[in-house]
This record gives sequence, C-alpha cells and structure tokens, in this order.
Amino acid sequence: MSGYPESLQESLAKVEETRPQRLEEARKQRYFLKLSPDEYDAILQKYHPDYQPEGRKPLQVGPNKGEFLQTELVAILQGAPWIDPGKFCGRLKTPDMSTDILVIGGGGAGSAAALLASEQGCEVILATKLRHGDANTVMAEGGIQAADLPYDSPYYHFLDTIGGGHFTNDKNLVRALVMDAPIVIKWLEDLGVMFDKEPDGTMKELKGGGLCRRRMHSSADMTGSEIMRVLRDEVRNHPDKIKVLEFCPAVELLLDEEGQIGGAILYNMDNQEFLVVQAKAVILATGGYGRLHLHGFATTNHYGATGDGLVLGYRVGVRLQNLKYAQFHPTGAAFPEQCAGMLITEKVRTLGAEPINRDGERFCHPLEPRDVEAALIIRECLEREKGVITPTGRLGIWLDSPMIDMIWGEGTVAKALAGKYLQFKRYGIDIAKEPMLVFPTLHYQNGGLAINEWGETTVPGLFAAGEVTGGVHGDNRLMGNSLLDVNVFGRRAGIKAAEFAKQREKVKALSLRHLEKYLKNLEESGVKPEQKTPIILPDYRNPEVKVKGALD
Amino acid sequence: MAECKYTVGDKTIVPPGTKMIPIYIMGKRYEVPEGLTILKALEYAGYRVIRGCGCRAGICGACATVYRLKDDYRLRFGLACQTTVKPGMYLTQIPFVPANKAVYDINQLTADVFTIERLYPETFRCLACNTCTKACPMDIPVMDYIQALIQGDIKTAAEISHSCIMCGMCTLRCPAEIQHFHVAMLARRLYGKYIQPKARHLEKRVEQIKAGKFDWMMDELMGLSTEELKKRYKEREWEPEPYDPHWKPKETKYLIIEE
Ligand SMILES: Cc1cc2nc3c(=O)[nH]c(=O)nc-3n(C[C@H](O)[C@H](O)[C@H](O)COP(=O)(O)OP(=O)(O)OC[C@H]3O[C@@H](n4cnc5c(N)ncnc54)[C@H](O)[C@@H]3O)c2cc1C
Ligand code: SF4
Ligand code: SF4
Ligand code: FES
Repeated sequence: MSGYPESLQESLAKVEETRPQRLEEARKQRYFLKLSPDEYDAILQKYHPDYQPEGRKPLQVGPNKGEFLQTELVAILQGAPWIDPGKFCGRLKTPDMSTDILVIGGGGAGSAAALLASEQGCEVILATKLRHGDANTVMAEGGIQAADLPYDSPYYHFLDTIGGGHFTNDKNLVRALVMDAPIVIKWLEDLGVMFDKEPDGTMKELKGGGLCRRRMHSSADMTGSEIMRVLRDEVRNHPDKIKVLEFCPAVELLLDEEGQIGGAILYNMDNQEFLVVQAKAVILATGGYGRLHLHGFATTNHYGATGDGLVLGYRVGVRLQNLKYAQFHPTGAAFPEQCAGMLITEKVRTLGAEPINRDGERFCHPLEPRDVEAALIIRECLEREKGVITPTGRLGIWLDSPMIDMIWGEGTVAKALAGKYLQFKRYGIDIAKEPMLVFPTLHYQNGGLAINEWGETTVPGLFAAGEVTGGVHGDNRLMGNSLLDVNVFGRRAGIKAAEFAKQREKVKALSLRHLEKYLKNLEESGVKPEQKTPIILPDYRNPEVKVKGALD
Repeated sequence: MAECKYTVGDKTIVPPGTKMIPIYIMGKRYEVPEGLTILKALEYAGYRVIRGCGCRAGICGACATVYRLKDDYRLRFGLACQTTVKPGMYLTQIPFVPANKAVYDINQLTADVFTIERLYPETFRCLACNTCTKACPMDIPVMDYIQALIQGDIKTAAEISHSCIMCGMCTLRCPAEIQHFHVAMLARRLYGKYIQPKARHLEKRVEQIKAGKFDWMMDELMGLSTEELKKRYKEREWEPEPYDPHWKPKETKYLIIEE
C-alpha cells in the first residue's frame, strides 16, 4: 500500500516508470552530468536563498559593522541583553562557582574540549542549555571524514575542503582539520565508537558531495548519535574532574578588569536564577543557528540551535567570519508534514538515490556540492515548475530511495539507513519501496567566530570550537567535515585552554564593562533591540494562545 | 524567486478545514488540529517545552511520552516529536529518568560477562517478561540484548542496541530495575574498542602523519595562490562512484602507499 495520498500518485507512477532505465544507467555510473565548477556561480547567484539581496541588512555595531547579514541574524546580534550591567555588577564580586575551565555547550565540540582539558589536569565545568548531548552533534547521520585509506591523503582532503568552501577558507584551519582527522578517528575508535567496518577491520568508507575519494566513516546512519553518546559517556567517567550543569545556558560572558576572559553568567532554566561562574579560560561550543529560521526556512537543527555563542562572542568583540552564506541542505523532508524540514542524509544519494522531478526525470547530478545541489532543486521547483506540491502546499522533488536496494541488494535501506527507515515507517511510508519527497532546509551555519588553529579568539583566554566558529569551511561546508571539525578543534581548544589556565595565576575582578560599551554603541547607532538575546529557545507556541497570555 | 512560497519555518501548515480533535495533556482537554505530532500539539496548546524536547527529530530521546488511547487499557510509549496525536489521547511527557551510570576506565576493562556483572549486576535479574521491548519507541528488541548480555554475548547486544536513543522508557518499566540504556552503552563501547578488529590502515596513517610524511604536501598547498589551488581542485583525479575495487589512481605523487 502506498504511503502517499491520491494527489501524488500520478507523479509517483512516472518515477516508477522511468526507474528501470535510470537504474541501468546508474549501474554503469552514468548520472545526470555534473556541472563544471565554472558554472556554479551563475546557479548560486540566481537560485540560492542567501545570494539574493533581499532578507539582509547591515550590522550597525561591533567588529563587523557595515556587513550585510540575514535580518534574523542581525536581530540577535543587536538584541537586548538578559541582564542590566549596572544592576548586576554587585553580584560579580562573589561568584557562585569558580573553575579552571568553563566549557559552554554540551555537544561534540564541548564534550571533546572538556575531556582534553581535564586530561591536562584542569578542573572543568561544562554548562549546557538542554541535556548534555541534546545538540546538533547527536543528529548527524551520514558520517565523518578522514583521509586514512591508501588511495587518499590529507592533500586531497585539503583540496576538496577548500574547493567546497569556494576558496574562502582559512588555510591554517584547513590544514589542522585534515592533518588531525585520522588522529581523531583513531581516538574515537580507542574510546569504543562502533564504526562500520569490513570483517578485517578496514573502515567502510563512502564518498560524499564534492569528495574526490571515499573518505566518509560511519556508524550506520547514526554516526553523530554514536559519537555523541560515547563522548558523553566518557565525560561522565570523570565526575571528579568535569562537572556538568544541564539546563544552564550562558547568557553573557564576563571579562576581568584587564580585558582577559573572566567567566560567564549562566541562567538556570529550572529555577530562573542567574549563576556567576568565574573561570580562568572559557571555551564557547554552542553550535549553530538553524532555529533562527533564516528567510523563514525550515531547519534540521536541534531545539537549542539559536546562535547564542555568536551573540556572546560578538559582545566581547570577537570578529565574525564567513557568515554570509548559511548552508541549506538540499534534501530536507517535505512530506509528511510532521517531518517537514527534517534531514534526509546525503548518504541516501551517496548510496545511489537520485533526485527526480514531477515528471520522473533526472535534472541534476545527485552529488553536486550542497549549495549547488540545493540551488538546482530550487530552480527545478520554482523556475521550471517541475516540483511536486504536497497536500499542505509545500514544494518538493522526489528522492528515489528504492534504487538503493536495487543496486546494493534487498535490505540495504533498512540496514544502512535504519533511522530514516523507521521514521518514515511510523508515517506509513516504506522508503525501500517508495521514494521520499524533499526540499532544501536550513542546515549549517558555515561561519562564525574567528579563531586560529588552536581555537583561540582575540580575547585572551576565550576559545571557541565547532559550529559556532568560522573559517574552517569557508562559505560552504562539506558533509562529514563538521563532525570532524568539532572533534579536531574541540580537542585543540581543550588542550590550549588548559595551557592558558595553568599559566594564569588568578582572575582579576570580574567586569561587565564590555556590555555597557556595547549597549552604548547600540544606542549611539540608533538601534532599537527587537528582542532579548541570546534567545535560548525558539518560541513555537500558538500565537493565539500567546495573545491571551496577558502576563507574557 | 523573490516570492518565497516555500518558506514556512517550523510552523506546521494546517490547511483550512482541518479537523480539530480533543487530546488530554496531563488530564486537561485541548482541541488541536489532526495530524500534528504530540510535540507540536503541546506547542499548539500553548506549552513552551523546556525539558522534554531536544532534537525534534527522533534521535535524542528527550521527548519520551506515555499515553493511553481512548477505551484502551494499554499503556503506550512514543516520542513526542514522532508520534501523531489521536482523538482522545491521554498523555504526559517523562522529563527525566533516574538511572546510575557506572564510572569506569575504558582502558582497564575486559569485554566479557564479568565486566557486565561487576558494573551492572542488576542486569542478571531479568525475568524475561518482555515489558522493556514493548516500551521501546525505537522498536528495539530490548529484552534480547539484555539476554545476550547475560550470556556474555557482547557483540549481539551491541548490534541490537545500536539504535538506542537512551530515552529510558525500558528502564522505567522494568520490574527487575535493570538500567538498560547504560549497560547497553557499556556493551557498545566494549564492542567498538575490544571486539571489532582495529582499522590497520588508520593506525598506519596516524603513524605517517606523526612522522611528518605529509608535511611537505601541506607546505606546498599553503604556498599556492588561489588561482593555482583552483586549478588543482578542478583537475584533481576522481575515484569512480559507486565503489570500484579495481580502481587505481593515476596520480600518485600525493599518496603514501606502504604495506
Ligand atoms: C540533522 C543534522 C545532520 C548532520 N549530519 C552531519 C554529518 O553527517 N556529518 C557531519 O560532519 N556533520 C553533520 N552535521 C553537522 C554537525 O552535526 C554539527 O555541525 C556539529 O555536530 C556541531 O557540533 P557542536 O558541538 O559545534 O554543536 P552542537 O552539537 O549543536 O552542540 C552545541 C551545544 O551547545 C548548547 N548551547 C547552545 N547555546 C547555549 C548556551 N547559550 N549556553 C549553553 N549551551 C548552549 C546546545 O544546546 C548544544 O548542546 C549535521 C547536523 C544536523 C543538524
Ligand atoms: S532501548 Fe530503552 S532507552 Fe533505548 S530507545 Fe529503547 S526504550 Fe529507549
Ligand atoms: S522488562 Fe526487565 S525483567 Fe522484563 S524482560 Fe525487560 S529487562 Fe527483563
Ligand atoms: S525531541 Fe529528540 S527524540 Fe524527540
């Protein structure tokens, strides 16, 4: 029985009709022709949501003043703080907690940083917004890159990464990324991460969009989940060294009177109290901003992905880098409505499923770089009007997943894409037999706080790692490079922060002068903050109920 | 493309004329549109979820929900972000599951039944009632992995439990008070570290990197102009897809192939 409504059956039949022919070609490795890199730019300019002049405005304060960024992002960067520095400064004299290192964010980068910092003998507090591990890291499905096969090398990994990023990456960061990659995989293997392997231990590796070699390591389609739960488990094996504070997001960073980092103010969401944490070094690992819904797009990101770290870092004067273009993943679910925006991993295409239009035709190579692939899907739907319209009015194109079992043998989908298989089954769709409907979705931040190859920012003692940072991926990240990024730079930041904390004798008097200055700048530039930021959690309540909630 | 008709954020589109159905959140009745997930229904009813929501995509295990359907005695379990509301559903979220994780040094363990016994002795109290399996929103045969562990079959336990999202529903229901998701976590780490064969090519590559064998390639890349990098990017050799075991690269200058 079909999991799709009557209105989609006609188009579905066309997909089935052309499948045998397409399958034959796919078996001979003949796909829709890849664009040449010279053609990318024209496509992006015309169809990528972030290349349009609309939906942007200039930042009016801070180190990136004058830069045109997405309005949703500008709104949080120029938002009103949670605390009034004048009123709050009295509390800074008596911190509630004191530690060597404060890690902000309990995803992959934060956990890796906490582990490495504690290994160097430092005391660590890891403060996070939701539960430890409720993060984008746990959601990563497809895999993690590292050039460890004989016919691959960090050289090609470097080229793929910098080409994928349109040559806007910071080369020092790329070098650290690709050279640490095998070391990170080995570290994870030794911690007990279950990678997909051949019986002799050889890693099963796949390609991905924009990769010239097989380099993608996986753990079924739950690679991020597996890595995250192992890292979290390992953090919990060191309760004497690492103290975890859940539901305690940071709402402001603190400097000391000399301008070095001093700690942060946390907000305990369970009892609404503010906590002052003094620290010799701070590592920001707050992840991405998908929940800002740039241009109104649906997102793949977790509930807490609200770009908080960008706000915190920007207010202490850290420059932002490569934030011009967000990554829109080409394939987010468009049906059923319950799944809208949810990621359909690139692995589906890596395994052989092709994007197909309403009439059952191929229209792009399945593995173009992500931004190009997304733009091509948008073109197919909006300009050529060859998209499918769902019962709720969303647009989508087919992703022909049944091809996977036909190429690799029955049961491949159920095994290699176990998570997605189950998810769609819950809504009555068997993706081994019927294709999925997909449309681009807001996926990855691409840029963020500027760091060097050790995760250092320009503020002494303030480090950053993971999706909150910018430069590693340039303007466009390749699949499998961010699970890698969070481990590489999480570890590096952990080591360097420990070094910094150890040589620092004590933290001088804590101060919020930077915030006073920031507020003054806002006022002088005539900016009226639209909301309280960091926003911590998006508000999805029914607006009608909110209106009735008079006290809100 | 100025008109973005596809842009609707996380808001569920409720087409006009959608049927409203009653659900009971912790006993209180609310009317919500048919077809919403429990999570979106909570939000539709005006709840701002803090505990009980993480990924919104069925993978973090934060949103475990217990419910009964109308006129049905069965206690059911689901993920709020993945389960569609049904008329007359009685539901509550379970924000937290108390369980004790054993603290251990992964480098000092052996991958056998004795480790399981020492760290999670309660595992052996299993009564084989299968209640845990019925509670699992991921359709994992939970009892089977517990039974495998009792027999010291860590491989099977690791493989069956791989899709566990650690929501804790099995653990809340178990009459033998077993802490399934923690012991399964241990099993997977033991399997990944001690039982799965090591990747020899990985070890080799790490040695090569530490010996500085790739440094000259990196130095070369760092020195290139953007124009030259673009050229190399464009001309780099592609491994065919899908995987062809007989493929041999023509360009070998930037490879280190050692036995
Ligand atoms: C659906 C999905 C699939 C993906 N698939 C892949 C893949 O296959 N391969 C790949 O390489 N990458 C993938 N990615 C990207 C990758 O998972 C993330 O970029 C990466 O894991 C980010 O890690 P992080 O530690 O920087 O951030 P996160 O893992 O998001 O962790 C950030 C943490 O900080 C917390 N936090 C936020 N604000 C605050 C605050 N103010 N105070 C305290 N804590 C805060 C968050 O709640 C969260 O716990 C995927 C991403 C998504 C969303
Ligand atoms: S095995 Fe237990 S903890 Fe894991 S997903 Fe199933 S019910 Fe949840
Ligand atoms: S619920 Fe507990 S006792 Fe019953 S089968 Fe599962 S593990 Fe065994
Ligand atoms: S919110 Fe993560 S599983 Fe539902």
